[in-house]
Amino acid sequence: MQRFFRSPRLLEIALPLAAVFIAFAIGGVLLWLLGANPLEAYWVLISGAFGNLNGLTSTLIKMTPLLLVALGICISFRGGVINIGGEGQIMMGALAATAFALWLRDLPGWLLLPLTLLIGAVAGGIWGAIAGILKARLNVNEILSTVMLNAIALQLMNFLLRGPMLDPAQIAAGTNVAQSETLPKSVWLLRLAPPTLLHSGVILALILAVLVYFLLWRTTIGYRIRTVGLNPSAARYAGMPAPFYIALSLTLAGAFAGLAGAVEVTGVQHRMLEGLSGGYGFSGIVAALFGKLHPLGAIPASFLFGGLLVGADKMQRAVQVPSALITAINGLVVMFVVASEVYVRRARRRAGREAAEASLKIEPNVHSVQTTAP
Amino acid sequence: MSDEFLTLATLIGIAHSGVRLATPYLYAALGEMFGQRSGVLNLGVEGVMLMGAFTAYYAVYLGGDPWLGVLAALATGALMGLLMAVISVTMQAEQGISGIGLTLFGLGLSSLLLKVLVGAPVSVKGFSVWEIPGLSAIPVIGPIFFDHNVLVYLAYLLAPASIYVLNRTTFGLKIRAVGQNPEAADSLGVRVNAVRYATVILGSSLAGLAGASLSIGLLSIFQENITNGIGFIAVALVYFGSWRPLGVLAGALLFSTINAFQLWMQVLGAPIPSDLAVMLPYILTIVVLAVGVKQIRQPAALTKPYERGE
Amino acid sequence: MRKFSWSLVLVLLAGLVFSACAAPVAAPAGGEVAATAPGAETAGGDAAGGDAAAPLRIAIIMPSSITDVAWSQSMYTGLKAVQAEMGGEAAMQISYTENMFNVADAATAIRDYAVDGNDIVIAHGTQYGNAMFDVAVEFPETTFAWGTAIDTGADKGLSNVFAYEAQAQEGGYVNGVIAALMGDSDTIGVVGPVEAGDAKLYIDGFVEGVKATKPDMQVNVSYTGSFGDTALAAEAANTHIKAGAKVLTGSAQQVVGAIGVAAENGVYWLGTQSDQSPLAPEWVVANQLYDWTGVIKDMIAKREAGAVGGAAYSLTLNDGLVIQFNDQAPVPAEVKAAAEKAIEDIKSGVITPLK
Repeated sequence: MQRFFRSPRLLEIALPLAAVFIAFAIGGVLLWLLGANPLEAYWVLISGAFGNLNGLTSTLIKMTPLLLVALGICISFRGGVINIGGEGQIMMGALAATAFALWLRDLPGWLLLPLTLLIGAVAGGIWGAIAGILKARLNVNEILSTVMLNAIALQLMNFLLRGPMLDPAQIAAGTNVAQSETLPKSVWLLRLAPPTLLHSGVILALILAVLVYFLLWRTTIGYRIRTVGLNPSAARYAGMPAPFYIALSLTLAGAFAGLAGAVEVTGVQHRMLEGLSGGYGFSGIVAALFGKLHPLGAIPASFLFGGLLVGADKMQRAVQVPSALITAINGLVVMFVVASEVYVRRARRRAGREAAEASLKIEPNVHSVQTTAP
Repeated sequence: MSDEFLTLATLIGIAHSGVRLATPYLYAALGEMFGQRSGVLNLGVEGVMLMGAFTAYYAVYLGGDPWLGVLAALATGALMGLLMAVISVTMQAEQGISGIGLTLFGLGLSSLLLKVLVGAPVSVKGFSVWEIPGLSAIPVIGPIFFDHNVLVYLAYLLAPASIYVLNRTTFGLKIRAVGQNPEAADSLGVRVNAVRYATVILGSSLAGLAGASLSIGLLSIFQENITNGIGFIAVALVYFGSWRPLGVLAGALLFSTINAFQLWMQVLGAPIPSDLAVMLPYILTIVVLAVGVKQIRQPAALTKPYERGE
Repeated sequence: MRKFSWSLVLVLLAGLVFSACAAPVAAPAGGEVAATAPGAETAGGDAAGGDAAAPLRIAIIMPSSITDVAWSQSMYTGLKAVQAEMGGEAAMQISYTENMFNVADAATAIRDYAVDGNDIVIAHGTQYGNAMFDVAVEFPETTFAWGTAIDTGADKGLSNVFAYEAQAQEGGYVNGVIAALMGDSDTIGVVGPVEAGDAKLYIDGFVEGVKATKPDMQVNVSYTGSFGDTALAAEAANTHIKAGAKVLTGSAQQVVGAIGVAAENGVYWLGTQSDQSPLAPEWVVANQLYDWTGVIKDMIAKREAGAVGGAAYSLTLNDGLVIQFNDQAPVPAEVKAAAEKAIEDIKSGVITPLK
């Protein structure tokens, strides 16, 4: 019985939940101070995110870009590079996809849609590759370059959306609001549950999660990316060109973020506009790490994190507290959940030792205990 | 317009703006540098800056002296640093993500406090410009360097002070040892995690002060998300400076001066789209680092938590 | 050690929390604080317990915060004013969702508000247009309003959508006239956010107003590339002042930084969107206010008369745009007179800015 309570599997689920609970408890005090009923608020949060069709589809819509970005983050963090350039990569992907779909708007949808998504991924990939090549060739740290590239992408978007890509209708109306023309209907992703905005992009993201799992654990490229990430010098000894794999992992991370941008454009917005990246570049990192940097773990992680974001918005509306409170609680959740992982790791190590000792007594061949070290 | 662009007055103006703009970056980046030298990446600088900026503003708003605001910012920064240290050092959390959490927390809490305690922002009487007598009269140099508020001067004194602390004190030696080889430092009797607590708290206090240098220094007001990404740029500048105070100083000045330059170009009517002008500092920072600076390897233990005897 | 660190976290956060709750007692300012808290209670709890006459329920989704001293605040202030006029919470309830820079989130909010049975749902940003039209189709009884826009969805067969916009160039022109006469130098500076939309309209109108008044006046325009980069906006203001400007203007929530710099350097400021006088009482000369109360009241009246949508509103100096002089700033009578004349000329159509 005691064994069961100390088993790492159980802790792996229980501890993050406990961390969320503590963050909510602190948030609850703040809610109470603002004159809201915390229990009511949190009930709205949970039921609002998962309790009805509207909430559930909103969560799935939110999950889609989170999961796509998180998949890229899984690859890059496994490859030992910290990609915080998701925001810029999303913007570049969305811009390129929009420009492409508007340019070749007369192509049939079965051709135009895949090409549009591909172009989005390529553009995001290029934006990631810039940081990757800078790191591989010129030793420019990726945190620096991705932060700067985010700012550059933002200005490029401003420039394009108020000039070359500005919606002609906005010019005609004289309002000049920075957004592109509406995309041709042929590239709109299929709506899965009208009237909600849920679109087929979520299916694409789920399929890609499985593919990334195969890429990372069933292919040579994946093996090498992980080796370079875990131990660059060992990888070099084994004859792997580490710089190449570093550049590759940032490129792939950028491609997934770019695809997320293209999916947002074709699935949700149907045009390019400001604020499209919506913080997914950062939230995606959180989702990836909640999923233990595992592509399949990223699925429930981005679903739950997406639900948290959706539910928190509903809660703001229901009990009418400033949105800033929600942001603060989200920050607490993120901090406490990552902090709780240390206990999972310790429990796993302890279990590993105990298992090793036990098996030593019974049979000589010891099972090696795997620990996933990010 | 263009014929009068490169006058001496313009160049002095650009340099003067650059020196002033660099202030928050300097505090935040030099503080972050201490943490990173000891092996802790704190991506939460932005959140700490926001909390520091708010508490400094609020202290002055309640009628306090600006120096009280500075104290409030330092204390708030230290508290946020303690939180970060508990999570990242003791609990060994993934540092990139805990920093993002801290940023969200600071962004949310500072905006919430503004709403609850102040309402719509109103301006306060922060630090005024204090021309240093004598020095400010020197031609060219005077108007560029000695015509600022006191928090600007302090930021520049912080760079040599950091060099001294890092290279000439036992504390600095411990920081470097802990960041390069924590096992060896531990075996020599250095308390690795204590040093990291100290650097993270010191760094966050300075990030808080960076916030104060905005809210009661350059701007005399607080507004939601007043930092608008300065904290992230500051982290990037630590990499630019290769973890050396002078490198960080050079990076902050380069970034800010180019920013001042593009503002002047716009003001003087240079025929460049404004968005492309705004991009300049970001592009040039990357380019200069890529082709112009000899880089040093990062502290070997950066982002790696330390656990004894494992 | 583990217990110790957890208790540290808790103590730390408790400290932050209590500093948050203890302070309102000490805080001198009361108005806005009081306005938020009771609103929260009623919206959450008492909403369902309707009296005999159910109150009108209005919901609004905004891209920035209700205290942004600019676009979002202007509409929120308008709603609050109408609410007070109609008799407070009993007659009209306001729900708001702020900082909705993500359009997908805004789409959810719009739908939620419609499902929740609000009478009027205001999508306070052009970017929300597509999302709002999608929802508007399903809720023909609900009134929707959006701006900056002129499209009421008539071509989509919709009759329940109002659109609104502000002819920001009109007030911009008047502010330009004032600016040209206020400073004793030949240079004026403009601290712009992003060169698009409402900000561009205002700034273009402003420049035209200056040039019409004093053709030789030099107007320097700069953009920070962001709506929220307060620090860069402040430095832009510094730069304009160094370049000789004695009067400044600008728009979006970033300008709070620039206004501080103007006050510090003794330079006049002309505001737009919301009342910016409290930021620098002696230096903010005048503000172009977006007074949405007329639009809101007309929408309510139309709705009560049976028309749930269909009209497009435009704030002009004739209706809704107000040039408000700040009494604390010393404005010469002849400047006021020139401004009044410009206002009259625009109202009567003698001058049409940006045409």
